Amino acid sequence: MKSLGNKSLVSINDYSPEEIEQILQTANRFETDPPGKILESKVIASLFFEPSTRTRLSFESAVKRLGGRVIGFADSGTSSITKGESLKDTILTVSNYSDLIIIRHSIEGSARYASEVSPVPVINAGDGANQHPTQTLLDLYSIQKTQGKLDGLNVFMVGDLKYGRTVHSLIIALSNYNTTFNFISPGELRLPDEYKLILDKKGLKYYEHYDFTDIISRADIVYMTRVQRERFSDPLEYEKVKNVYVLRNEMLKNTKENLRILHPLPRVNEIDNDVDNNPKAYYFEQALNGVYIRQAIIASILNVV
Amino acid sequence: MGKTKQLSVSAIKNGTVIDHIPADNLFTVINILGLENIQNQVTFGTNLESKKFGRKAIIKVSDIYFTEEEINKIALVAPDARLNIIRNYEVVEKHELTIPDYIEGIARCFNPTCITNHESVKTKFKIISKKPLRLKCLYCEKITDEEHLTII
Repeated sequence: MKSLGNKSLVSINDYSPEEIEQILQTANRFETDPPGKILESKVIASLFFEPSTRTRLSFESAVKRLGGRVIGFADSGTSSITKGESLKDTILTVSNYSDLIIIRHSIEGSARYASEVSPVPVINAGDGANQHPTQTLLDLYSIQKTQGKLDGLNVFMVGDLKYGRTVHSLIIALSNYNTTFNFISPGELRLPDEYKLILDKKGLKYYEHYDFTDIISRADIVYMTRVQRERFSDPLEYEKVKNVYVLRNEMLKNTKENLRILHPLPRVNEIDNDVDNNPKAYYFEQALNGVYIRQAIIASILNVV
Repeated sequence: MGKTKQLSVSAIKNGTVIDHIPADNLFTVINILGLENIQNQVTFGTNLESKKFGRKAIIKVSDIYFTEEEINKIALVAPDARLNIIRNYEVVEKHELTIPDYIEGIARCFNPTCITNHESVKTKFKIISKKPLRLKCLYCEKITDEEHLTII
């Protein structure tokens, strides 16, 4: 586990498949056998320059359940950023007060830059449309936990595949595991070519569709994302597709027993409420998995595993 | 042929000759090297015939020898350029420019929401393709292509 010690986590590409496996194993251990107050003497800085309640609470819960303390702010309006302080100065100052910094920022590359200037390790909790590696790791953990493996699965990704940061990172991560991909999206929100090129290079199979009603029976994992109105240049286009990318309980009738529905949350209307009671709905457990994954990452970086 | 050929741009005694610059990028190269601000003698020719490129440009700078970093900057806009080091009218060294695999502080990231366009951060790129030129920003991880390339 030493290789992860004191190492910042900015991008999912920072971890090798072996390191990802280590994190998944540690998360599993923490879940089945809680390690106690291993962060008792630690102070973790949580710097949310843009608000993200879900991610922030998940990190704070992860730290506090392990006995650690959290300092920081929930949006930049309450920090000295409003006085014009540079990111560098904020990071250098806060690093004096903490053992590790968690950063969320709307500017892309801000977490990488923070990790370069900070003397303490940095975890990226989302930098604009770029990376959100703890989300990717919790997605992988959820898939492994529900399927018993990561290899050879048929993964359906539905919704906004053009701008969806979580989708892009998950594709990269799953491309190490002989995955078959089915991409289902409106024409305007199709997966960018750069990701298809990566899959081509690795010789992985992928298929693109506009609708998923007829093919969902093949899926092991359905990863739903939100199709947002503001992503469409033509509002009429949005009106046409807004109900196509909604998952309803009746669509799950002839699906595989092992199928699980994932969603990075928050959900709006893309998963109908009637799906929530279906045993194949997994998105709230997925959010809980995020706590174990974040505990595993923080404990590994701080060498207390 | 060489003996009867007349030089389009007159010879220099000491300095650097940069040949095989794409004609369209001559003024970019002049700009990158800051040649408009120096006191040395600079001569150049453009739209010269080239078997390889159709039209090329050439620059001759007296008494200046460029550093590797400056040469790298040229390589991004004139990848096939050749540098000849001249001493006493003789070519004493020839360099073919090669685009490096990694560059720092030379190009600007095209992504307006990249940290490098918001704070004074030196840009860093991994060159993921040389032809066509594609630079991956090590901060925002976005790819800047030739069309969107700006030299700092």
